[in-house]
Amino acid sequence: MDKINLTIDNKPVQVDSGTSILKAAEQVGIKIPTLCYLHLEDLNIENKPGGCRICVVEVQGRRNLAPSCATVCMEGMVVRTNTVRVMNARRTVMELILSDHPSDCLVCAKSGKCDLQKTAQDLGIREVHYKGEQSHYKEDRSPSIIRDMDKCILCRRCEMMCNEFQTVGALSGVNRGFDAVVAPAFEQDLVKSTCTFCGQCVAVCPTGALTEVDHTDNIIRALANPKKTVIVQTAPAVRAALGEEFGMEPGTLVTGKLVTALKQLGFDYVFDTDFAADLTIMEEGTELLTRLTSYLNGNKEVPLPILTSCCPAWVNFFEEYYPEMEDIPSTARSPQQMFGAIAKTYFANKIGVDRKELVVTSIMPCLAKKFECQREEFKTDGNPDVDFSLSTRELAALIKQSNIDFLSLPDSDFDAPMGESTGAAVIFGTTGGVIEAAVRTAYEVYTGKPLQKIDFEELRGMEGIRHATIDFNGLPINIGIAHGLGNARKLLDSIKAGTCNFHAIEIMACPGGCIGGGGQPLHHGQSSVIMARQRAIYQEDANKPIRKSHENPYITKLYEEFLGKPLSEKSHHLLHTHYFNRSKVKVVIPKSKS
Amino acid sequence: MSSIQIELHENQVKELVEVCRSFNNDPIELINVLHKAQGIFGYLPAEVQEIVSRELNVPVAKVYGVVTFYSFFTMLPKGQNPISICLGTACYVRGAEKVLDEFKKKLKIAVGETTPDGKFSLNCLRCVGACGLAPVVMVGDRTFGRVSPDGVQQILDEYV
Amino acid sequence: MVTQKMNIMVCGGTGCKSSNSELIVTELRRELQENGLADEVQVVQTGCFGFCEKGPVVKILPDNTFYVTVTPEDAHEIIAEHIIKGRKVHRLLFKDPVTEEYINDSKGMNFYKKQLRIALRNCGFINPENIDEAIARDGYAALAKCLTEYTPAEVVDIIKKSGLRGRGGGGFPTGLKWEITAKVKADQKYVICNADEGDPGAFMDRSILEGDPHSVIEAMAINGYCTGSNKGLVYIRAEYPLAIERLKIAINQAHESGLLGKDILGTGFDFDIELRYGAGAFVCGEETALIHSMEGKRGEPTFKPPFPSEEGYLGKPSNVNNVETYANISPIILKGSDWFSSIGTEKSKGTKVFALAGNVNNVGLVEVPMGTTLREVIFEIGGGIRNGKKFKAVQTGGPSGGCLTVKHLDLPIDYDNLIASGSMMGSGGMIVVDEDTCMVSLAKFYLDFTVEESCGKCSPCRIGNKRMSEILETITKGKGTPEDLDRLRNLGEVIKDTSLCGLGQTSPNPVLSTMANFMNEYEAHVIDHKCPAGKCRDLMTYRIEAENCVGCTACARVCPVSAISGERKEVHTIDTSICIKCGACMEKCKFNAVFVS
Repeated sequence: MDKINLTIDNKPVQVDSGTSILKAAEQVGIKIPTLCYLHLEDLNIENKPGGCRICVVEVQGRRNLAPSCATVCMEGMVVRTNTVRVMNARRTVMELILSDHPSDCLVCAKSGKCDLQKTAQDLGIREVHYKGEQSHYKEDRSPSIIRDMDKCILCRRCEMMCNEFQTVGALSGVNRGFDAVVAPAFEQDLVKSTCTFCGQCVAVCPTGALTEVDHTDNIIRALANPKKTVIVQTAPAVRAALGEEFGMEPGTLVTGKLVTALKQLGFDYVFDTDFAADLTIMEEGTELLTRLTSYLNGNKEVPLPILTSCCPAWVNFFEEYYPEMEDIPSTARSPQQMFGAIAKTYFANKIGVDRKELVVTSIMPCLAKKFECQREEFKTDGNPDVDFSLSTRELAALIKQSNIDFLSLPDSDFDAPMGESTGAAVIFGTTGGVIEAAVRTAYEVYTGKPLQKIDFEELRGMEGIRHATIDFNGLPINIGIAHGLGNARKLLDSIKAGTCNFHAIEIMACPGGCIGGGGQPLHHGQSSVIMARQRAIYQEDANKPIRKSHENPYITKLYEEFLGKPLSEKSHHLLHTHYFNRSKVKVVIPKSKS
Repeated sequence: MSSIQIELHENQVKELVEVCRSFNNDPIELINVLHKAQGIFGYLPAEVQEIVSRELNVPVAKVYGVVTFYSFFTMLPKGQNPISICLGTACYVRGAEKVLDEFKKKLKIAVGETTPDGKFSLNCLRCVGACGLAPVVMVGDRTFGRVSPDGVQQILDEYV
Repeated sequence: MVTQKMNIMVCGGTGCKSSNSELIVTELRRELQENGLADEVQVVQTGCFGFCEKGPVVKILPDNTFYVTVTPEDAHEIIAEHIIKGRKVHRLLFKDPVTEEYINDSKGMNFYKKQLRIALRNCGFINPENIDEAIARDGYAALAKCLTEYTPAEVVDIIKKSGLRGRGGGGFPTGLKWEITAKVKADQKYVICNADEGDPGAFMDRSILEGDPHSVIEAMAINGYCTGSNKGLVYIRAEYPLAIERLKIAINQAHESGLLGKDILGTGFDFDIELRYGAGAFVCGEETALIHSMEGKRGEPTFKPPFPSEEGYLGKPSNVNNVETYANISPIILKGSDWFSSIGTEKSKGTKVFALAGNVNNVGLVEVPMGTTLREVIFEIGGGIRNGKKFKAVQTGGPSGGCLTVKHLDLPIDYDNLIASGSMMGSGGMIVVDEDTCMVSLAKFYLDFTVEESCGKCSPCRIGNKRMSEILETITKGKGTPEDLDRLRNLGEVIKDTSLCGLGQTSPNPVLSTMANFMNEYEAHVIDHKCPAGKCRDLMTYRIEAENCVGCTACARVCPVSAISGERKEVHTIDTSICIKCGACMEKCKFNAVFVS
């Protein structure tokens, strides 16, 4: 590749051709502030509208200041990033943005983690000299996400994630000029849109415009209620990320501290969603083998490939866009819901508590889980299997509010019986993990032989769409993996077109899987954070004494004591679900009057 | 942008679907399709945008994003006699603002609104290119040149 | 070509059509029919003559008689007197506002004397709906010459040497743009014509499309030949129904004549043109925004580079020029680059069409050589200021341009001079304002236009222009402070320096240029809280001069807020704390007793 030489603030820099001034400056230790720009390098996600104009720099010979994020380095370029002209322009633009932004930072959900706040501080803004009309919009509250567009700075990151990465198309820039804002169609509420509640808009929002619905107060009250037995489940990806909220290095596993913190918070039982993940493998894996065997026995009507169904945003997505394919995904409920169903039957029974007095909470890296747990089909007589779902971020806030010094906590173990899990369950937290866990079990069940090698490297990675063929003792099983709903859409379209020969496909809505979920600590555009979490997940798996779901003794016991066997009638009733056509673009055609 | 709820008749839906087909259901033809759709319905209610979205395979949020970007598109039905005041510079310096004020006063509506009886709607537009006749007022396809505030009633009278 | 002895040319531009010029055509034809002259005299509905001030305009050829403000009722007299008896209808002739003489021959009109018509060469001379008339005036000769005599590179070279620069605003060298597009390798390229004329007060592109659509079609085909493209797209405002109609007719006729489509003139060159419609967004005049709009998206601009010449419509190299630029191409090919570059100034060659409007006597389209002074355009061609008022300023370049003043009157107009004086060529709007105009309000008018037309993508344009407008609002309401002027200036400079596209980069020009040239007016507003032009309502006070008041009570009766009191036959007074400054009393008073200050 051609090399380009230039100087930035008098420092000579050599970069590959095509490099932006922003990236070139980073190479020589110059950090130009940005707001709208977002680049998750390892995931190939980029937002570069050049709209905020905070990153402008002076390029010798050019009439106007240039946005460093979008300006490509040229040979001999002389760039200045901190002249009086640049600094005045940058501060003025920042003051303009702040002049159309509420100044309620002290009570804003994003305070302390807000890119706008931080940049304004870095620029030393102490007064906003420009005042005038501010934008006002109705607050939009969905079961998962709150949109407070008064705080929107039009960075368009959410729109990019929703449209380009997720291909959900719930959000678009609407109106123009001062009235321009990002909104669903007809500026209706998110619940009326095609939104899947994946939360990726929230994950990239630099301000408090997009936040999650906060359930911490409900939890505090439930914990304080002596009549209630409150139990908690924590998803695999939480332990690989929670530490970040307390200043720990990304990728630090905090499983033991997490359990201790939850116990100190007063949860009566601290369980693990991983237990339910093992259960999922038993059900989903059996379903895969049943369909596969039936297919191999000549029944060509069997719907293949089988698609995973653990991800609630993904379920929302295919119910919205592919309702005609509802027989393809596994009917297995997500681990969160399997956990809830077992907790409110088997476990409630075991401890002799009525389901109405048992509060099941979940700690999830996800915002769609909030939507999922309030679905009608997951309720018994109006009582949900999972009462409240908290994001990783909310848990961190709860820990802080409860005066717990997280960093100094000792490690503890999960409670039995629903706290025991295998390495297969842990890797549910990353893209490729569910299918790897399923393969570990399906292989041994199908072939009747133990696996020689438990790690399936061929299923791992960060590429958007991956595929591998696993040899099931002479039977080649074709596996597909997609993370990001845009990638999922590509696979679904190929299934629809009949050009796909996969037997099983794993789909996760978020980049990297749950480790990059919408409820995780904010990555602030650093994809290395997500990569580190993935390494942590595989490390946790490797450290586990048991690494195959079907070997989890508590799962075996659950079947013996309660469920019978996978896909039994009881399993069907408690652990499986059915899907609905949720397609929004429906036109009711009234009969023409004659 | 506010909207009114309507139910489309089967033949209207058919016509719209036909329009989309005539543009090969190509998403890049969205603006052309919306022009035609507004030609049929007089405006672009949400229901129309949803059909266009489905037919062209463009998210309805994006369709709405386009509709609200261009001033030519409207989600509100116009009056029987849409009045447009040219606020191009030539008309402005020759007093178009006063003419607009007079229309607002006489019709008791603001710009972008329609009178309760549905007779008149009031809008502003940019330069129709008849600068020699400034200030210019258009009622439907008819152009009135050199309009003064005093002449406003006379124009309205022609349509009552 | 017409073989008749006489031709009656009736202007069919939008302005004259709005004044019923079509009925004039019908009436003239009926009169000719009745007099058995239908075969000898032809009535032609042409494109715009440019002299919109006195429309509808009717011109008789070959004697160049120029009738103004003609009505359908005048048809009888024109036929009976002029055509049959050979006597000109005196009362319909144009009267020079200065000399008060009636002008017999349009060539004698100051309005036309100083003009040099290249882009507008055919407007008013042909029936735009008849390709034969265009061909008779050298239409498509340049295309034929290019296809048969020149290589694409040679054509590009001619355009480069001619010194033609883009007439849409920026003034980018046209030949260079063509060359860049030609050099990019791609399986598909596009030739795009920007006919999204959005400047309020500019209508030259529309007039060319209405009066001479073939000149644009031909030039686009030539561009296609040069750049290796066989697909042309015209992005045209939906608000221009007549231009759209005539362009469609012209494209069809060109097809029928083998001048568009497959194997043009048997040379193996294919070229076709499609129309795309704008939907009312000024920012779509910016080429990247225009391309997004053509792709069915929101017309939001994107950062350049990549330029459309490299990556344009559907990601393919696209050459975007505006209507007037294309209209210059054929004459350059036919008469040579030396001829073209001999016209104009050192760095701005050829002519420029201006839409002269505002408080000037002769409103209309004028085409003058680059280097013509503002004084010549405003006072000679434009006939000076209306109603004997004093010239105050001229705003060039539309909302992106600036206000020039008396000291600029002898400035030779070209791209660089205008920019150096704080304005710009823009698309060629030229709005003249008289002494009664408040420059602060005028600046606000332009800024409000930008505020409304800003796409909202970048923060300085979206929020900054809004804030500037709010500050100007404060000033015109008499609540401004001297610090507001500092804020305005800093905002203006930062918005120019940091905005994403040409719209934002030029939007503060009207404010900055009026601040540069009319600072005293701004100061009067913020320090003395006075509007020198007496236009800012909140800065005015109405009072009744006791000497003139006869106590007729008319003012008191008309006052909508009952701010006027006084007994019958006694002097009335206005309570300024109630007065809303509507001016009704002043209009009503027959005794000139109400004054405003």
